Amino acid sequence: MSISRKDVEHVALLSRLEISEKEAGVYAKQLSEILSYMEKINELETSNIEPTAHVLPLNNVFREDKVEQSLAREEALKNTPDTEQGHVKVPKIV
Amino acid sequence: MGLYNYTIYELHEMLIKKETSSEELTRSIFQRIQKVDPYIRAYLTLAEEAALKSAKKIDKLLAAGDRVPPLAGIPMGLKDNICTSGIRTTCSSKMLENFIPPYNATVAGRLIENGAVLLGKLNMDEFAMGSSTENSRFFPTRNPWDLERVPGGSSGGSVAAVAAGEAIFTLGSDTGGSIRQPASFCGVVGMKPTYGRVSRYGLIAYASSLDQIGPITKDVTDCALVLNSIAGHDPLDSTSVDRDVPDYSSALVPEIKGLKIGIPQELFPEGMEKQVEELVRKAIEKLEEMGAVCEEVSLPHTPYALPAYYLVAPAEASSNLARYDGVRYGFRDKDAEDVVTMFMKTRSEGFGEEVKRRIMLGTYALSSGYYEAYYLKALKVRTLIRQDFDLVFKNYDVLVSPASPTVPFKFGEKSEDPLSMYKSDLCTIPINMAGLPAISVPCGFSEGLPVGLQFVGKPFDEETILRAAFAYEQNSGFHRPEPSLEVN
Amino acid sequence: MNFEAVIGLEVHAELKTKSKIFCSCTTRFGGEPNTHICPVCLGLPGSLPVINRRAIEYAIKAALALNCKIAPHSKFDRKNYYYPDLPKNYQISQYDLPLALDGYLEIELNGKTKRVRITRLHLEEDAGKLIHGGASISRADYSLVDYNRTGVPLIEIVSEPDMNSPEEARAYLDQLKAILQYTEVSDCKMQEGSLRCDANVSIRPRGSAELGTKTELKNMNSFKALQKALEYEIERQTEVLEENGTIIQETRTWDEREGVTLPLRSKEEAHDYRYFPEPDLVPLSIDRKRVEEIRAGLPELPQARKKRLIEDFKLPEYDAKVLTLSKHMAEYFDSCVKETGDAKLVSNWLMGDFSRLLNSRGMEVEDSPVPPKEMAFLLKLIKTNKISGKIGKKVLEEMFETGKGAQTIIRDKGMEQISDEKTLIPIIEKVLEVNAKTVEDYRKGKERALGFLVGQVMKKTKGKANPELVNKLLKDRL
Repeated sequence: MSISRKDVEHVALLSRLEISEKEAGVYAKQLSEILSYMEKINELETSNIEPTAHVLPLNNVFREDKVEQSLAREEALKNTPDTEQGHVKVPKIV
Repeated sequence: MGLYNYTIYELHEMLIKKETSSEELTRSIFQRIQKVDPYIRAYLTLAEEAALKSAKKIDKLLAAGDRVPPLAGIPMGLKDNICTSGIRTTCSSKMLENFIPPYNATVAGRLIENGAVLLGKLNMDEFAMGSSTENSRFFPTRNPWDLERVPGGSSGGSVAAVAAGEAIFTLGSDTGGSIRQPASFCGVVGMKPTYGRVSRYGLIAYASSLDQIGPITKDVTDCALVLNSIAGHDPLDSTSVDRDVPDYSSALVPEIKGLKIGIPQELFPEGMEKQVEELVRKAIEKLEEMGAVCEEVSLPHTPYALPAYYLVAPAEASSNLARYDGVRYGFRDKDAEDVVTMFMKTRSEGFGEEVKRRIMLGTYALSSGYYEAYYLKALKVRTLIRQDFDLVFKNYDVLVSPASPTVPFKFGEKSEDPLSMYKSDLCTIPINMAGLPAISVPCGFSEGLPVGLQFVGKPFDEETILRAAFAYEQNSGFHRPEPSLEVN
Repeated sequence: MNFEAVIGLEVHAELKTKSKIFCSCTTRFGGEPNTHICPVCLGLPGSLPVINRRAIEYAIKAALALNCKIAPHSKFDRKNYYYPDLPKNYQISQYDLPLALDGYLEIELNGKTKRVRITRLHLEEDAGKLIHGGASISRADYSLVDYNRTGVPLIEIVSEPDMNSPEEARAYLDQLKAILQYTEVSDCKMQEGSLRCDANVSIRPRGSAELGTKTELKNMNSFKALQKALEYEIERQTEVLEENGTIIQETRTWDEREGVTLPLRSKEEAHDYRYFPEPDLVPLSIDRKRVEEIRAGLPELPQARKKRLIEDFKLPEYDAKVLTLSKHMAEYFDSCVKETGDAKLVSNWLMGDFSRLLNSRGMEVEDSPVPPKEMAFLLKLIKTNKISGKIGKKVLEEMFETGKGAQTIIRDKGMEQISDEKTLIPIIEKVLEVNAKTVEDYRKGKERALGFLVGQVMKKTKGKANPELVNKLLKDRL
């Protein structure tokens, strides 16, 4: 499996990572190597195998519909880089 | 011998007999930290004031003659991906350099309730991604047995701290071997409980379906004590299992006559160091001497565990780490003029190389057109891996293998080659993929460097591996090895 | 060429659970910004979701009322995309195993019933609210985020493209809203955002079976906006095709002020949501017995209630439909009828002045400042000629304005009807005296002259005279 620089750029955008052209080249090489190693799993025939997303044989874990105290706003936004009048402030969206 | 050399159960006795106080003990550990940590660099954050305050509180209880739990007054450290209310929790990432959680992880809360004294937070590979602690964005931690070598990872700080007497016990987290491999590297005991045994609430996620918190201690007896207080159902974690928690301490009987032990040949991988294999084989002979029945078994799909793991874990990580965008908390690039640019610059600066590599790998594995070939396929392989273990456990009580194919390596030796670093977890990853409990205990030295023996158990049967590990430890001659730090 | 529209709707409704879908924060609307948040809904590192049992039950209830099949096995998935109102930058939603599939609802338009199929119904978490620091999103220098709404449970209901006109789409949304309100799973207040609607629209030559290229319409914040946006978009697409252009598959936003749909500009590449099973939650296995219990507990739904109004009170179909589209309206109607015993009177007033006054204030029935008991009291006064209908209108307006009771208003303003002959006779005689010419005209057979005389009496009494009695007393004297 080989990953092109363009693939890397696409994946970087999807992951919201800014990478330089040089980095794209390095990542392309590294990810290609890693994915070639991953190809090993294709040796296995799995068409009749169920996927395991969870190892636990659990289902239906619920909580009851009960309201509990929320965080105080100062506490909740204590780590927020930029706030304005109790809101979280972000630069323009488009 | 300093107070830092004692175990939890020894110190508990001493506290009850008033031979020492929690304050004295805590102060002595901080002195020890002051002395050795400039060399080891296990700690990212110290909480001395708060620690002394909790220690004094325990001393008051002790003075009043109150019965206290075994962990009361015992100084501990936590890996820096376990949230602690009011104490900086960084994941060793620039992204969370100044992040102060407003809440405690369930395990942190339980230990504090049990009276354990929190000393501070321990270094790790950034977001638990790595096997050497070289991926910490702040500084690497050194192996107390050889300062030129890595302590393993990702829980390198947690393990080095226990080995160097900078904490009586610590907690680490294990997604693909991050407790057991470094425990092996530093000559301490490290356990990854069954997935679902210990709450993950407040553990900053790397790969949710694989992460599990576990104890790092000087010996197996301490391990059982810590597990007693952190195991059990948590209504805040849907994947924590609601079933009774046995008293793990009472499982510690040094008797394994007739215990059926499987030796999976696949967990002795190609490329493992000869010395490591010899020491592990010797340990197996020891177990046989003690009356265990040891037989070679096969887990035919385990060679596929590593590639499958490096699809599943990065895929989950790519999503788990999406929240670090500079909006609500953590690092933000302040110059960006629009949100998308801010996201991209924040994440590029906030994350280190390996984290970015895994995010991209995981994003790729989930992206349209590749999902079935990579992610879904890996989940199917996971089923096969789990089935192998289920089958073997029909006839065996415990499996034994090395915890790491190598002794600790030198700084920089593998950091340029991601794949060779990944292979450091060949012996441990299959166990995470199957969600099983496993423990690493010291089984000797190769040219002065520790080697760990791994016991793997059936789901939720921590008792049997604790018993086997305990019996081995008591008879091995490698109980509580201590590095002779040159700084002494 | 003659084109036909093909419309499918995606509706999001907030469930009215007390707490959020994955944490214990309140779902209450409003509140100071960022005061209904906790580590879970704020997506703080290390926090984990736990499913609210009632959210699942409400979704099942809604699905059953929409004739859906409940899946025996279901699960949650992560939908990954970056947006500042989405704290984790993924939304916990459902992808390949939604809670319910294959339902339908029936709409009635111009006396015809049409079945609109429902593809699926699934659960997900709501996002936060963005406030743009500028005239519009594209002109803002910055945005502010309030996360109070993040994690409020939502059901997404996706229809098949079975609707062929804006009117049908509107009727579908009306009916869907009614069903969700009747089952008491959602408040469905579009103005508070607890009901939201996106539309997929395409057009094709009438009679063709093939589907045209569709556009997705967003940002329609009222029923009227939905209808207007669809009308605009269908016309726009028609013009494009008639000029031999091609429709671009895109997302367009409804600009309420300009009355146009505009392409939503986005820096972003085509979406790739990278769905995968949510590893922090375990799968759902739906208990059939519980489903049957919920089914058995479903309340009377709007169509059944409508039928009942027609049969019990002989109301016209249209009136019955309007009165039953909102559960609160239907209940309001019922209690007024119980008090007054006059369904026709109640129906006229509720559909007329009462609705007009609500609409002019942007209110729903349940927010009415006039409780049904007070309304019924007013109607009884009208029914027993204590006040005239005209005065009644004024009183009702005053009731809306001040929140006071009918009796108080009538007393304070002296609006009670004059039905006392002793008071009226002197006034009437005075009117006859002053308008001798009109009296003459009437006697010569000019019927209309009577109306003028009645009017004069009403004027003198400030509209309070009982008109029937005035008529009678006048005729007696002519």
